[in-house]
Amino acid sequence: MEFRKFFLKANNELEGGSILPRARRITCKKCQKQVLVSKIRKNYFVCPECGNYFSVRCRRRALMLCDRRSFRELYGELESRNILDFPEYDNKLAAAMEKSREKEGVICGEGTIGGIRTCIFAMDANFMMGSMGAIVGEKITRLFEYACDHSLPVVGVTVSGGARMQEGMISLMQMSKVSAAVKRHSDKGNLYVVLLTNPTTGGVDASFAMLGDITLAEPGARVGFAGPRVIEKTLNQSLPKGFQRAERVMECGFIDQVVPRDKQKEVLERILKIHSICR
Amino acid sequence: MIGMNMEDYEIVLSARADGRLTAKDYINGLTTDFMELHGDRLYGDDRAVIGGIGLIQDIPVTVIGIEKGKNTQERIEHNFGSAGPEGYRKALRLMKQAEKFKRPVLCLVDTAGAFCGIEAEEHGQGRAIADNLYEMSTLKVPILSIVNGEGGSGGALALSHADRIWMLEDAYFSVVSPENCANILWKDTGKAADAARALSLTAQKLFKAGLIDKVVKSGDMKGLASDVYKELHSLMQKSTENLIDDRYRRFRKVGY
Ligand SMILES: [Zn+2]
Repeated sequence: MEFRKFFLKANNELEGGSILPRARRITCKKCQKQVLVSKIRKNYFVCPECGNYFSVRCRRRALMLCDRRSFRELYGELESRNILDFPEYDNKLAAAMEKSREKEGVICGEGTIGGIRTCIFAMDANFMMGSMGAIVGEKITRLFEYACDHSLPVVGVTVSGGARMQEGMISLMQMSKVSAAVKRHSDKGNLYVVLLTNPTTGGVDASFAMLGDITLAEPGARVGFAGPRVIEKTLNQSLPKGFQRAERVMECGFIDQVVPRDKQKEVLERILKIHSICR
Repeated sequence: MIGMNMEDYEIVLSARADGRLTAKDYINGLTTDFMELHGDRLYGDDRAVIGGIGLIQDIPVTVIGIEKGKNTQERIEHNFGSAGPEGYRKALRLMKQAEKFKRPVLCLVDTAGAFCGIEAEEHGQGRAIADNLYEMSTLKVPILSIVNGEGGSGGALALSHADRIWMLEDAYFSVVSPENCANILWKDTGKAADAARALSLTAQKLFKAGLIDKVVKSGDMKGLASDVYKELHSLMQKSTENLIDDRYRRFRKVGY
């Protein structure tokens, strides 16, 4: 029953976030061309005209990577509260839920990839810029603990502006909490593959995004700790071309491979296969 | 207590004020026979982080502190207390050394935030902070972190994955600076005081929320020295397994 709901929901419109209207054609922001929505969808949400990457909602992400009908959501009932009674946070949460059609900025679950049982999390840029609050941290921590208990690999897709300031120190400390859970999972010999997507910055970059055994990234994705405008302002100079882009971050030594969207499932399948034999 | 009668934003300002004690003062006040150890053994020696070995009474310790400096010359030397990846990697190197020789680690945290720059980014600022959180979570020796001034976001957190986090009563620890927060939310840095209140960043509030373990009275170095000794002594009685499990639980419960 639940599966059916996903598919109906997912097929309703282009999964580029609610910025994209329910139309047959949309204008690509990069090449300004009118493109058929159905064509974009078939092309892994990449513009068939210019190769521009549209953002992908978390649920669609999980479905794109998992084998057909294998994904089962976990901890989907968890929902954020305004713990600090922070001004305007209630409204922002409500707006984020409406925009993303999710209860939180990350979806967690279990499925198979190339037939291999795997735990998956995927973050959602439409939920307050993929920011990490207590529930995002809690869900990912639970997933790593579950994967650790069952000796399962974890595949994570990150997209985040960083820690969610409306939850103050509680959100900052999610970095510590998740990192500790990743360590426990790793110390038992389990595999964690992370796929960095645009943008992965701030507190997520400075924690579980950078802790994978194997680190993949989408072409052109911004990956970095400090925001580019903050750096520009601090240094009072413009930034070099390609700075903080996946290709450059790979040159700097922090990414194993930049993988185009249509190859991601295949690459993950290969990695998981090799590790399933090694153990 | 000072913190009780001060507005949250006044505490932020006092945590940044000139003339405050810095990491070096605490090292002098809390340890004897201190000897500084330099470098991350990978690339450089980040002077925003000072580290070394010494004694707290009869306990050998590793001390790591973020140093802001006291006058212009010192501030420049220590990069205004904003560490780059080399600083965090130096800290981790010294923590691993402490683990080898079974001595506890004392961290002194005082930073507006990790350094923002092209080099810092390309040398892996995010990875360096992440690595500290990751490795500190299973370090086999006790870790006590004291936020003695500014606890500026991830850059401060990277030295705070500890068994105990203490804060000076006039220190703050925050996910974002109140000025940036006000700017992002209300496009008005003038509302920093409102942001400071909303962020719940003072030692008193964080203690009440169970996020830190002790509020330290300022201006009482002797009292602090005795408390630090007692705490390290008691943490050292724990088995390694209990120490690491308790540390895991300490952060595991945050936010849920
Ligand atoms: Zn296009």
